[in-house]
Amino acid sequence: MLLEVENLEVAYGDYQVVWGVSLAVAAGESVALLGPNGSGKSTVVNTISGLLPAKAGDIRFNGVSLVDRPTHARAPLGIAHVLERRRVFPHLTVQQNLFLGAWHSAARAARGETAQRIFGLFPRLLERQNQLARTLSGGEQQMLAIGRGLMALPRLLMVDEPFLGLAPQVAQQLQSVFETLKSEGMAILFIEQNVRLALSMAGRGYILEGGRLAIAGPAATLVDSPEVRRIFLGV
Amino acid sequence: MSRDLILQAIISGILMGLIYALVAVGLSLIFGLMEIVNFAHGEFLMLAMFATFWLWAVFGLDPLISLPLVAAMLACGGILVHFGIIRRLLSAPMLAQVCGTFGLAVALRAGAQFLWTPDFRTITSPMSAGRVEIGPVFIGQPQLVAGLICLFAFAALWAFITRTDTGLALQATAQDRQAAAVMGIPTERMWALGWAIGLGCVGIAGCLLSTFYYIFPEVGVNFALLAFVAVALGGFGSIIGSLVAGVLIGLTESLGGLLLDPSYKTLIVFGLYLGVVIVRPMGLFGRF
Repeated sequence: MLLEVENLEVAYGDYQVVWGVSLAVAAGESVALLGPNGSGKSTVVNTISGLLPAKAGDIRFNGVSLVDRPTHARAPLGIAHVLERRRVFPHLTVQQNLFLGAWHSAARAARGETAQRIFGLFPRLLERQNQLARTLSGGEQQMLAIGRGLMALPRLLMVDEPFLGLAPQVAQQLQSVFETLKSEGMAILFIEQNVRLALSMAGRGYILEGGRLAIAGPAATLVDSPEVRRIFLGV
Repeated sequence: MSRDLILQAIISGILMGLIYALVAVGLSLIFGLMEIVNFAHGEFLMLAMFATFWLWAVFGLDPLISLPLVAAMLACGGILVHFGIIRRLLSAPMLAQVCGTFGLAVALRAGAQFLWTPDFRTITSPMSAGRVEIGPVFIGQPQLVAGLICLFAFAALWAFITRTDTGLALQATAQDRQAAAVMGIPTERMWALGWAIGLGCVGIAGCLLSTFYYIFPEVGVNFALLAFVAVALGGFGSIIGSLVAGVLIGLTESLGGLLLDPSYKTLIVFGLYLGVVIVRPMGLFGRF
């Protein structure tokens, strides 16, 4: 397994929000982490990338335990985390944002080439490469956030709600980019509230409810599961 | 009022303003990076001046020669302050952060009085001394040298922040620390670097200032106050803002002193500050 999360517990101070969550992503696999608002999805990925400390449990990437590694020492292993709500550097240009994404030495050595590849995936970014990131539209900022994540040459891309607030056309374009990345063998972990959309792109899904793992299984069985409907709709 | 006198005031105002600007930029950089206000900024200026003084008094080093040494000492001091004090305060309440650097200021000032007495000292006959005559204008050579070196330091800082990978990573850390961290940028080291650069700038300013200014434990207080005005005027976190605001303050002081009365010069500076803050609260070049 590329990513293994085992009995993860996370707390904000005394307030525990994730209770014994386990999940796994194999190399080249795409997996959806689903759940209604406040179910702990973002907390789980933020703990994987190191923005939050794990209270208990283990996170392994390629067999290496991550829990004692500082945040910045996780990206070089091959994990990219595209944060919720884009979080581009507003006062830097598109190109500067991208180049900063290639921080560790292996990625930095290839950054010119990688940037060309990303401009191929998102031609809009090429047109806007010298513009400040804050002047981009929401969709363009999301493209930039994903492009910046890809600059680190990850083996696993974790994207937190990439379709939030996007026009349907832009969302479709992003979807086709994710399909391309999957076909190139990249493992992707989608964090989504939109069950149907996420399960159309992922092979498997995990569904969180109240910080606990409620159901896990292949996408096809989750889509029509009455249990999933109960969690999301409360009926 | 003769034209020559006004020209004279403009030039000396700009030169003094460049020093204010270099003191202010360190404050601005540290605030922009981690939203910590360094209330001990003036005391570090004072320490830089005393360091220059003792290097001259004990080892006979001229300030222009000890300049890189003093800048390096202050930069190391910045790293120590970050890891020794600031780091522990980052998750603490705002009041603890204020008290942390404010307490450091009081301790440094009192320590300087204890060690070196409250006496005024000067560095006599430094390498840059006397004055330069340009047409009708007389400029003190120490001030001219100091102003030019400050300008050069600004150019170097600007190039570093906007043209190098590390400088861009520093900006990225200031704009979104978490996003920078998940990309692999060591944000804690960037913070320490910000302190090193911020206090390094103060080191350069203090060293140059000591060639033509009295050196005493309270010397930093007024400079820090003007630096706060420059940072708020220029906009928190903006390098260009600090430069423009520092020069503007220097000009206001010298022209105001000349045209009205020298005792009003500080009043005019704060009047200008109030005006800008009322009309444009984020400062001239600010983003907040």
